Amino acid sequence: MGLSPITLFAIVLMALATYATRAGGLWLASRFDLSERAGAWLDQIPGAILVSLVAPTVLTGGPAEMFAALAVVIVALRTGSLPAAMATGVGTVLVLRALEANLL
Amino acid sequence: MPEKTTSGTEDRVTFTLAGAFAGARKCVPIAISGCGIGLVFGTLAGQAGLGTAEAALMSALVFSGAAQFVVLGLWASPLPVATIALTTLVVGLRHVLMGAALGPVFSKLPRLKAYGSVFFMADENWALTMGEFAKGRRDAAFLIGGGLLMFLAWTGSTFVGGALGGAVEDPARWGLDFAFTAVFLALIAGMWNGRSNILPWTVAAVVAVAAHAWLPGQWYILLGGLAGSFAGVVRRGS
Repeated sequence: MGLSPITLFAIVLMALATYATRAGGLWLASRFDLSERAGAWLDQIPGAILVSLVAPTVLTGGPAEMFAALAVVIVALRTGSLPAAMATGVGTVLVLRALEANLL
Repeated sequence: MPEKTTSGTEDRVTFTLAGAFAGARKCVPIAISGCGIGLVFGTLAGQAGLGTAEAALMSALVFSGAAQFVVLGLWASPLPVATIALTTLVVGLRHVLMGAALGPVFSKLPRLKAYGSVFFMADENWALTMGEFAKGRRDAAFLIGGGLLMFLAWTGSTFVGGALGGAVEDPARWGLDFAFTAVFLALIAGMWNGRSNILPWTVAAVVAVAAHAWLPGQWYILLGGLAGSFAGVVRRGS
C-alpha cells in the first residue's frame, strides 16, 4: 500500500490550493488598513457564512431536518450548551427520520 | 450588545496554551462526529482507488472534508490532476472569506503563529473561534487548539476507515450527518443580536438555497456568505 507519484502530486497540489485559500483571506485582511466600513463588513461574515452552511439542509431537507433544527435552536438558547444542542439535533433527526421511513 | 464588533483596535490579543486547550475542549463533540465522517471518507477513498496511506496523507495535508469528498468523485485513471487542483481551489474559496474575518484579530499575531494557525482552520473551529471573539475573548490560540484535535480525529479516522475497508455504515443512518448542522445552528443562535440580523441572514439563506439548487458543488456557502454580509453592511450604512 505505497504512494503512487501521480497521486502524491495531486494531493500536494490540493494541499497548496487549500492552504492558499486559508491564508489568502488573512493576508488580504492584514494587508490593508481596514476602514470602519470594511471592519463592519468583516463582522457580518460569520453569521452570513453559518446561515449559508445550514440553509439548504434546514429549509429544503424535509420535516425531520426542519423540526430538528428548531429543537437545536431552542436548546441552544435555553442552555447555551453546544454538546446538548448537538445531541438534541442528532437525536431528533434520528427519531423523526425513522418515523418518516416507517410512516411513508 | 447590538454594536459589539470583532474589529475593535484596543483589545489585546493573546496566544496561550490555555486558549488552545479551551479551543480543543469546545471541539471535542465536533471531533467525535468528525471521526464518523472520516471513517466514511476513508472507506469511500478506498473504493475510489486510493490506498489507505494515500487517503490518510490527503486528510493530513488537505484537511478539508468538503474538498476531499468532492475530488473523490473525480478520481479516475488517468488522474485528472489539474481538474482536481482547480476543484479544490473552488471548494476552498469560502476560506478566503473566513480568513478575512479572522484578520482584525490575527493580524496582531506574529506571522508564524497566524499563518500556522490558519492551516488548521476548518468551518467548525473557525465558527467557534468567531463566537469567542464576539464574546470579547481574544485568545487566538483557540483556533489551532480546536483545529489540532479535529486534525488528529480526521486523519486518524480516515486511516482507520481505509484499513477497515467496506465495513463502515452510512453516517446518515445514525443522524451523524446532522451533527455539524446542529453545531452551526447553535452558534447562529448564540450570535443573534436582534432585528439587525434579520436582513443579512435572510439574504444569506435565500441566496444559499438558490445557489445550492442551481449551482454545482459548494458555491452556495461562498455566495450566501458574500450576499448576506454585504446586505448587512448596506443596511448599516443606510
